[in-house]
Amino acid sequence: MNDIFEGLTQAARLVVTLDADLAEITLRSLQVTVTATLIASAIGLPLGAWIAVNRFRLRRIVIVVLNALMGLPPVVVGLVVYVILSRSGPLGVLGLLFTPTAMIIAQVIIITPIIASISHQAIRELWADYHDLLISLHATRRQRIATLLWDGRRALMTASLAGFGRAIGEVGAIMIVGGNIDHATRVLTTAIALETGKGDFGLALALGFVLIALAIAVNLALHVLSGTERGSRW
Amino acid sequence: MVSPILPLTLENVELRRQGKRVLGPVSYTLDGEGITIVMGPNGAGKTSFLRCMHGLERLSRGRMQWQGDEDRIRARQAFVFQTPILMRRSVLDCIAYPLILDGLSRREARKAAEREAEIVGLKVTLNAPANVLSGGERQKLALARALIRAPEVLFLDEPCANLDLHSTAEIERVLAGARDRGTRIVMSTHNVGQARRLADDILFLSDGRLIETGSRDVFFAGPGTPEARAHINGDLLP
Amino acid sequence: MTFKTAIAAISALWLATAAGAEELKMAVTTSFANSGLAEILLPEIEKDTGITVELLVVGTGQALKLGEAGDVDAVLVHSKAAEEEFVAAGHATHRREIMYNDFVVVGPAADPAGVKAATAATEAFAGIAAAQAPFVSRGDDSGTHKAELKLWKAAGIEPAGDWYKAVGQGMGAALNTAAGMDAYILSDRASWLNFENKANLGLLFEGDKALFNQYAYLPVNPEKHAHVKADAAKALEDWLTSDKAKGMIEGYKIGDQQLFHFNAEAM
Ligand SMILES: Nc1ncnc2c1ncn2[C@@H]1O[C@H](COP(=O)(O)OP(=O)(O)O)[C@@H](O)[C@H]1O
Ligand SMILES: [Mg+2]
Repeated sequence: MNDIFEGLTQAARLVVTLDADLAEITLRSLQVTVTATLIASAIGLPLGAWIAVNRFRLRRIVIVVLNALMGLPPVVVGLVVYVILSRSGPLGVLGLLFTPTAMIIAQVIIITPIIASISHQAIRELWADYHDLLISLHATRRQRIATLLWDGRRALMTASLAGFGRAIGEVGAIMIVGGNIDHATRVLTTAIALETGKGDFGLALALGFVLIALAIAVNLALHVLSGTERGSRW
Repeated sequence: MVSPILPLTLENVELRRQGKRVLGPVSYTLDGEGITIVMGPNGAGKTSFLRCMHGLERLSRGRMQWQGDEDRIRARQAFVFQTPILMRRSVLDCIAYPLILDGLSRREARKAAEREAEIVGLKVTLNAPANVLSGGERQKLALARALIRAPEVLFLDEPCANLDLHSTAEIERVLAGARDRGTRIVMSTHNVGQARRLADDILFLSDGRLIETGSRDVFFAGPGTPEARAHINGDLLP
Repeated sequence: MTFKTAIAAISALWLATAAGAEELKMAVTTSFANSGLAEILLPEIEKDTGITVELLVVGTGQALKLGEAGDVDAVLVHSKAAEEEFVAAGHATHRREIMYNDFVVVGPAADPAGVKAATAATEAFAGIAAAQAPFVSRGDDSGTHKAELKLWKAAGIEPAGDWYKAVGQGMGAALNTAAGMDAYILSDRASWLNFENKANLGLLFEGDKALFNQYAYLPVNPEKHAHVKADAAKALEDWLTSDKAKGMIEGYKIGDQQLFHFNAEAM
């Protein structure tokens, strides 16, 4: 109880004084996760829509695999990415291990299935509504998917936000592939793990509260910007 | 003048769904001009017949043939569904959508949509979301969207089924106008009065079969089959 | 939100963290990082050599693995036998001793195993085993873990049983566990002094030569990994063994305790 109170006051102090280290790792958390979310959305949203719209032989299997991948343990993803990006691994020449790029790659792998799966659900419902109309108007495949993505954008934003939420709070994978290097790959979650390790629960909790506030702020900002809650608009 | 996609010919077309014969066998040629009204009791196969001609249904048997290449055939016809399919967009964007698909800029498409809304008498805030519209307004939206490409052939599936007299009259006025501009119209209705007012000729379906075809005057003067006679007299079949 | 604003925001995020100087990755042990010495040294190193040293804080075992795979340019650890093997296998060009600190035995203030009265580290360990008092082991193949195992061996004890808890975690996490369980633990002095959650624990035994903890610097062999920054690694070695480093290392104190003793020899 004491720790939590101390954490809250310390969080407030860090934020109010615009602590430079805090600003840096918070910005890096955002940088890594926003980038990962954008990439994963660029892959996952059209993929989800494509699966919803097209009938193909392996469709059921793809859906099952996608749903299974949603539960992918981040540590395992981290480990695999580590082994691949290590200098002694297949993509070692790129020298990406222990860089923010490696963290982005790991996060993209973790959240793409989530985004694809949620968008698949949403688009499937919309496709059921639109099917006859789009066929009747002779929309091409691309046009159909583009229309569904656009008209389903609210639901898709939810899918992306779910991915963002998972990524911003993730620690296992990015700790492994990022290495938690101060001023290079340290982000909020890995800093929390570090401070917990040092027994500095107050600071760890403070960082935790900042992380939660950040996640809420991003969600709020997107909802306000896109006007989700405004009356009967879609 | 672009070459017409008509005539459309159906040869022994049959639709089977879940082991049940839904339509057919039907042989029919759609050609000429004017308004053809498809009549028949509920479940007779009117919707299936229209959807089949429009290419929304896979044939179980028989042949169907439009004139010209696939893209033109598909782009030169339009369909108004019994329950309008609204997109999650503004009224204006819903109407403009077919032109967006055709590659027009959003500005041009919306300008054309405004004109089309005017023609069908859709007097609502065009920037409001489509789902706030009433039943009659929704049907007008669907009609404007169907007409915006100036289709050669327009199918309508009971477009006035749930509308009041006023809305029905407005839609009939729009359809008559479209016919006068050369659009070939095929429309189903269970409203005998509407059939009398609009039809140039009549198709009568019963149990999935086309049991009567003919001009309006001949049909209403004396239908040849007891089913059709009972239908226009409003009899309750035994 | 327009697409353009989003793009602008993302680019701003990226630009904010773009770096300029040459970077060198060095794997170091948790104990070194937790001491706080790195935070004093790294800015000076950057100022003097232009090299940004990026620290990967891991156990000795993993630090050496990182060097072996070529994922870091240099390694700074404290486990002599493993280091010599590492050099012998050709993973590093050589081994350079830099400084030492020492381990301390930490435990519950009540001291049920009588560690305080011990005259040698082995005696302290034997007391803990005899009393079956809870003992937390790092259990993570780190230098500290290896030092602990060496002490058990020297005391002629095979540590096993309910009282012996191998947690498989870093120094801080292991100290947290010990604090939670009122257990004994072997810690490097720096980690202990910097540890904030001491609870009932206290420093019970120190000073035995067997507890000295030698840190050595190992530059990764560029013949094995062409991409390693051998020049930067050399520059860093020169700095770490310089008089300036000596002054800073000897002068680093927590409370009023000196943590590290510089003992690099001129080459
Ligand atoms: N996909 C389908 N599966 C099974 N039965 C169908 C299907 N589509 C239509 N039917 C049946 O075919 C018959 C004709 O339907 P429909 O064309 O909608 O008739 P109408 O529009 O004249 O009322 C009805 O009995 C209907 O239940
Ligand atoms: Mg029907």
